[in-house]
Amino acid sequence: MIRVSIPSQLIAYTDGATRVEAEGATVGGVLDDLDRRYPGLKFRVIDEQDRIRRHMRIFLGQDEARRVDAPVRDGGELLIFGALSGG
Amino acid sequence: MAQAIQLLVGTRKGAWIYRSDTGREAWSVEGPMFLGQIVNHFVRDPRDARTLLMAASTGHLGPTILRSTDGGATWIEAKRPPAFPKGDPHGRSVDHSFWLEPGHADEPGVWWAGVSPPGLFRSADGGDTWDSVEGLNQHPRVMDWFPPEGGTPDGAILNQVLVDPRDARHMYLATCSAGVLETTDQGASWRPLNQNVRCDFLPDPYPEFGQDSHFVALAPTDPDRLWQQNHCGIYRLDRPGERWDRIGEQMPKDVGDIGFTIVPHARDRDTAWVWPMDGTEVWPRTSPGGRPAAYRTRDGGASWERQDRGFPTEQGWFTVKRQAFCADRADPLGLYIGTTGGEIWMSGDEGESWRQIAAHLPEIYSVVAVEAA
Repeated sequence: MIRVSIPSQLIAYTDGATRVEAEGATVGGVLDDLDRRYPGLKFRVIDEQDRIRRHMRIFLGQDEARRVDAPVRDGGELLIFGALSGG
Repeated sequence: MAQAIQLLVGTRKGAWIYRSDTGREAWSVEGPMFLGQIVNHFVRDPRDARTLLMAASTGHLGPTILRSTDGGATWIEAKRPPAFPKGDPHGRSVDHSFWLEPGHADEPGVWWAGVSPPGLFRSADGGDTWDSVEGLNQHPRVMDWFPPEGGTPDGAILNQVLVDPRDARHMYLATCSAGVLETTDQGASWRPLNQNVRCDFLPDPYPEFGQDSHFVALAPTDPDRLWQQNHCGIYRLDRPGERWDRIGEQMPKDVGDIGFTIVPHARDRDTAWVWPMDGTEVWPRTSPGGRPAAYRTRDGGASWERQDRGFPTEQGWFTVKRQAFCADRADPLGLYIGTTGGEIWMSGDEGESWRQIAAHLPEIYSVVAVEAA
């Protein structure tokens, strides 16, 4: 089980929840699991070529994940942030 | 005939709907909807007058399509928004959808989307799921037509899709780096349609492609008449002709014929309006001289008349983007502009006079006038 932090930009998908749980062995796997429960969420974070979108950032604990195949430790924490994106 | 009008307004920070009485005098507002979403286009399906589609994205999140099937009372997100196939040989991903076009009247549920980077997508289920139109998106010349760095400050765009109302297989595209493209087999094959359209930013000023076609409109009563506001002038093409005429040469020299958009009359094939902007020196893209005005031709572009009554006579620096100038179909015809300064202006007398009906909105990207359902 992975604990996931949801940024304000995505709480419309999670019925307002900012903390949810998901399954998955990689960043992409966790996002796939989230997308099953919250349809549409993944595409707004990960593009169709499996790249993390330019103004979104994903951390595994304190370490930034830059690829969707980054492994996720069971019991760990995945944090999604909306980064700076202009005015 | 008196007719209540709805204006569907897309802005850099959300969407609004303005509704008029039957005299188009009093306006009420609904919104903001999806505050903070970048809404490049907000349109209604003319085939059912009930389905609304919105091309949306945000500064952070990837792009999506928002849909309503009840006139805007409720909204849902497209199940599968436009996206290039995974493993696309050019590595493309959709940054934002820019243009949404209802399909032919004989094809209910069909929609077309133009996106950035330039690509074409089709939906057959009312905009819920979208598929890549591979005849264009994987065309052998696609990287020549749409070089990755070949676009506007917001990215390269396929900025318009037009469907011939007489033939669903016949379509035009307006693009920022290949000019106008045409298909007669509903997107399986494409060819440039740019003869005599100037390109003053390339070594060959009249190339086969490379033009920045800001906006193309088919005359509603004569789809063989094409109007074009190009990055380099105002043009007209009467099919089956292939060679565009630069009708903007007849514009006043101190105003020029640069702009983003052109609006044909609903009933008169010889009448159209443009909204000039300053394309001199460093391209301010403001109203020329700080004096906003529409220009109208009633003779197919042989002559133009200034229509500025009601607009600021000095220090008015806004301009009007591609999708933000439109007409209704009433008689007399109504005209509507949304400005980069967040104002909506209308004319109820075919441009003779103008008045502001909304202000203080975010930068306006699109205004679409529809008859109240």
